This record gives sequence, C-alpha cells and structure tokens, in this order.
Amino acid sequence: MWTIGPVLVWMVALFLLPLVLVLAVSFFSRSSFGGIDLPLTLDNYIRFFDPLYFKILWVSCVLAFFTTASCLVFGYPFAYIIARSPAKYRNILMLLIIVPFWTNSLIRTYAWIVLLRTEGVINTLLLKLGLIDQPLSLLYNETAVLIGLIYTMLPFMVLPLYASIEKLDRTLLEAARDLGAKPWQTFCRVTLPLTAPGILAGSLLVFIPSLGLFFIPDLMGGSKTVLIGNLIKNQFLTARDWPFGAASSIILMILTLLFIVGYILVSKDKQGKELL
Amino acid sequence: MPIAILILYSFNQSKLNAVWTGFTLDWYLKLMQNSDVLDAMRTSLLVALISTIAATMIGTLAAVGMYRYHFRGKTALDAMLYLPIVIPEIVMGISLLALFAQLQVPLGYFTLIAAHITFSVPFVVVVVRARMAGFDRSIEEAAMDLGATPWQTFVKVTVPVIAPGILASSLLAFTLSIDDVIISFFVAGPSSTTLPLKIFSMVKFGVTPEINALSTLMLIVTLFLVIIAERIRMRKN
Repeated sequence: MWTIGPVLVWMVALFLLPLVLVLAVSFFSRSSFGGIDLPLTLDNYIRFFDPLYFKILWVSCVLAFFTTASCLVFGYPFAYIIARSPAKYRNILMLLIIVPFWTNSLIRTYAWIVLLRTEGVINTLLLKLGLIDQPLSLLYNETAVLIGLIYTMLPFMVLPLYASIEKLDRTLLEAARDLGAKPWQTFCRVTLPLTAPGILAGSLLVFIPSLGLFFIPDLMGGSKTVLIGNLIKNQFLTARDWPFGAASSIILMILTLLFIVGYILVSKDKQGKELL
Repeated sequence: MPIAILILYSFNQSKLNAVWTGFTLDWYLKLMQNSDVLDAMRTSLLVALISTIAATMIGTLAAVGMYRYHFRGKTALDAMLYLPIVIPEIVMGISLLALFAQLQVPLGYFTLIAAHITFSVPFVVVVVRARMAGFDRSIEEAAMDLGATPWQTFVKVTVPVIAPGILASSLLAFTLSIDDVIISFFVAGPSSTTLPLKIFSMVKFGVTPEINALSTLMLIVTLFLVIIAERIRMRKN
C-alpha cells in the first residue's frame, strides 16, 4: 500500500481539495474587499447566463470548433502523407510536427506576431513587392486568434491521426479497389471510418485546450477578443470577483466533462479507447 | 515556417526586425546581460528540476502500485489521475490559486513547485504504466522466492526493468514544467517568474529582437531534449 499512499495524499490535497474549494467558492457572494462572503447564493451561475457572458462562452465554443475543424482539414492530409511515406523520410516529416509540439506555445504565438504585425514580415514583403500601399492590419482580430490557435493545436491533432492512419491495414484499401471502389469512395467508406478513433481523439485534444487558452487571445486578439479563459482569468486577477470566476470555471469544467463523456460513449461504439 | 523566420531574425541588426540590415549577435549578448531573463531562467530550471524529481518518484510508485494491486477505490483513483490530464489547465490553475489563498501560503517557489508536481504526476503514472504493461511478474516472484525483501525486489528488479519508462516520464515532466504557462501564471509570485511568464510579459510589452534570440535559444534546448527522448525511445524498441 505504501506505493499508492504518496500519490493519493498528494492528489487529494492538491487536486481534489482545490477543485472542491472552487466549487464551494462559486456559491458564495463577493465581499466588498474582493474576498468571499456569505450568504450562499446561486447568483453567480445565473449571472453567467446573462447574454453578455453567455456570448463569451458561445464565441469561445465557436472559435474552438473552427480551430478543431481547421486542424482536422490541415492535419489529416499531413498525417496521411507522413504515415504513407517511406521510412527514411518519415522521421524528417515527423520532426516537422514534433519540434513545434515541444516548442513553448508562447514562442509559437510570438512567431506569428512577428509575421502578422503592422511592421511585420508579411506587410513589409507585400509593401516591397508593391502589392499594397498601406500595411494591412492582420493582427488583433479574431482571424489572428484563430491562426494562433490552429498553429498551436495542430500537433495535438496530427499525432493521434498519424497513429491511427499508420495502423490502417493497407490490404483493406486494396480490397476496396479490387471490388471497384473509386478512390473517393474508398476514402469515405473505408479509410475515414477506420481512422475515426484518431479523428475523435485529436478533436478532443484540440477542442478542450482551445477553450481555455487565454494568452493567445491576449497577445493576438488585442482586447477585442475575450474568450472564456480570459473571462476567468480577469475575474480572478483583475475584477477580483472570485465567486463569479469560480462559477465560470465550474461551468467550463462541466462542459469539458460533457465532451469527454460524449467521446467515451462514441468511441466505445467504435471499440477504440485511444485517449484513456 | 514562422519558427524559421524567428530564428533568422534573431541575428538581424535592425531593431525594427522586419527589414534585414545585417548579421549580428548583439541580441544574444544583450540577452545574457538581462538579469531579469537570467533570473527567470534560473527559476524555471530550479522548479523543473525539483518538480521532475518529486513527480517521477510519486508517479512511479503509484504506477507500480496500480499495476500490482487490486484494491477498492482503484477506479476512483484512476479517475483522479486522468482528470488533471483532460480538464482545462486554467481550471487547475485557479483552483490551486484558491487553495493557496485560503491557506494563506505566499506565492513563490513553493507554490510553483507544488503546482508543477501536481500536473506532472498523472503523466508520469500514464507513461510508466504503459511500460509496465509488458512486465513479466515472474521475475519479481523469483526474486522474492530467492529471499529478497519487497523493497530489495523493487529496487533491484522492478526499477531496472521499467527504467526506460521512468526516464521517458521524467523527461516529459521536465518539459511540461519548463513549458508551462497557464498554471504557472496563477501560482507564481512576483519574485518567482518563470521563463515562459517572462516571455509572456516581454511579448505583451512589445516586439524586440531580444525575444527572438531568447526563443531561438529555447528552441535549441527543446531540440536537444527531443533528440534525447528519441534516443530513449529507440533503445526501448
């Protein structure tokens, strides 16, 4: 039993207890000094469904959805090419995914700022080529946030996709061809269903973190784009409304858990438990 | 591609780094004289080192225990170890902040290290457990039959066999710690800024070639770690 003891004590004290604490805080009222106070209330949760805040949640979900969809569209062909290329190129191609994967996400975000800002690389290049007279404002809008999110999350999509495409039995594809399927039919009816576990796992790995990343909107969206992560951060650090911040986090967590439960239910059908 | 441009511009003379004006190493020199950055680097390394050691020990023990014993509440413990991996980091960050605030623990090295151990442990458990999946239990039993105490068996038989898994998981824990932005953001005190947090505030303040240089250096370190990780993986196969 001594092997389990440390992890049990540690995770209860520093993971479970803090979560319970946040849950508790979310039912308190905000005191005038930015602390927490009685009476117990449900107001923080009700307040979240105010159109103003609910819209933030909605925009976050939409952005996370577009991020996931774009990662899938860009990532699938890429993972496919890597998995199908000869072994000697495969390692080099894998490096293209693994290096960004291990690179600090702030640095990757920053690299895009260097490209997109008013005096940035793209604008300078376009001006020099005479294609534009005025620098374009590429940074500080939702598109920039989306680019940042896609670039940051892409490896999380490609890696599970690669794993499931690599496992794909090629004889099945040949069989489909022999039976007269067109390449497009083979892809839709054989490849896609068989790599579904990878698609699901990748989508989950991209979608959930995209909801909570606050620094990409902070750095690339200016103050215009506020996502749920920014909302939570601001409630805790700027507005000092801990109960409301706590309620927002609990809602975010419940939403996440719903997606995970959905994932487990769907992937059980497909008999793949890639993530867990 | 954006990363390549970043590296290129770290050697650019111009302060407005869009136009190429000539090769220089000035920004690296400037960086080496920036005491804030050096402090942050030291903090990051110290926190990563301590939390990696602690997380690897706690996680490895847990993985061995989970593999060996069946006990009541195992499913619950499993869930508690998977949950931190899947819930958004920001939720973990603010919950730790709430805990430290309630207990009136001042934010600093201690809170930073405690937080990093907490998010690393589940990953260590997962990686070491994966390694244990192919573990032949009969060699442990053989050691016991030959008169080894459970502790001797653990140190002399179990640990050497799963060593590649332990090594890989500690490397993962180290990288997670060095890279973490979101959780550190909430639990770092003013005197314990880690390197990613320093970069965050530098980028917020504006774009300077110094950050290009710093990013390039971090990239080199990352590449180095990836190569080591690949080596370990190769040996495992």
